[in-house]
Amino acid sequence: MLTHLDATLAPTRRRALKLAGLAAFAAVLAPRMALATEAQVADEMKKLFAGKTMGEGKIKLDMPEIAENGLVVPINIDVESPMTEADFVKSVHVFADGNPLPQVVTYRFTRESGKASASTRMRLAQTQNVIAVAEMSSGQLYSAKVQVKVTIGGCGG
Amino acid sequence: MAIKSQPRVRVPAQAKAGEIVEIKTLISHEMESGQRKDAAGKPVPRDIINTFQAAFNGKPFFTAEWFTSISANPYQSFFFKAKESGEFTFTWKDDGGTEQKATAKLTVA
Repeated sequence: MLTHLDATLAPTRRRALKLAGLAAFAAVLAPRMALATEAQVADEMKKLFAGKTMGEGKIKLDMPEIAENGLVVPINIDVESPMTEADFVKSVHVFADGNPLPQVVTYRFTRESGKASASTRMRLAQTQNVIAVAEMSSGQLYSAKVQVKVTIGGCGG
Repeated sequence: MAIKSQPRVRVPAQAKAGEIVEIKTLISHEMESGQRKDAAGKPVPRDIINTFQAAFNGKPFFTAEWFTSISANPYQSFFFKAKESGEFTFTWKDDGGTEQKATAKLTVA
């Protein structure tokens, strides 16, 4: 954006410095961006939930559609369950397919939780899908997926 | 980095029996992802809080296993079904093995 605007101006010392700064920034970012892929997320999920079928619904994953700052993106998970002795949510796993590592968080709930719901804040390196999988006490799995658009990435750059 | 900061916890002081209460926690921590490089180009080693646990009267009821994708100064909110009066213990554990604890009392009327 900046360079675009600057292009209309005569070359000045300030502009030269700005460009040099951007170049240095890009050089720092470039070499280490080995990001997770959808395949890696699928692998990770296969390891955790081998052989189990995945259903839709029951789990709600609430995230902003557009995140201006990828360093701090609110994420809210809510699983529909009576949370009784016979029927409760055991765990929720969250994955991101565009971060350096696919795993985000694993929650372990108990009947004492009363409600299988939790909120935290996560980093998003780029625009990507976030996937949450809930495992019920019966072994049944439910998943939800949202895409979040990121304007400024948050992978420590 | 050891966990130096005092965590902040918000728990209602009172609840009715059977009421589901929300608990909010916040702790200061870099959550160094291990993906960054320092000025000399050397990778900065990973150092995050990897486990958060909430217990009531000594019995754990909620655990969060955090990975590097969790933001710095991690915030966590979750729920608890109040049955009897007692005390919550919240524990944060980081990669270096340091622990930080916080407690809060709950009175069930």
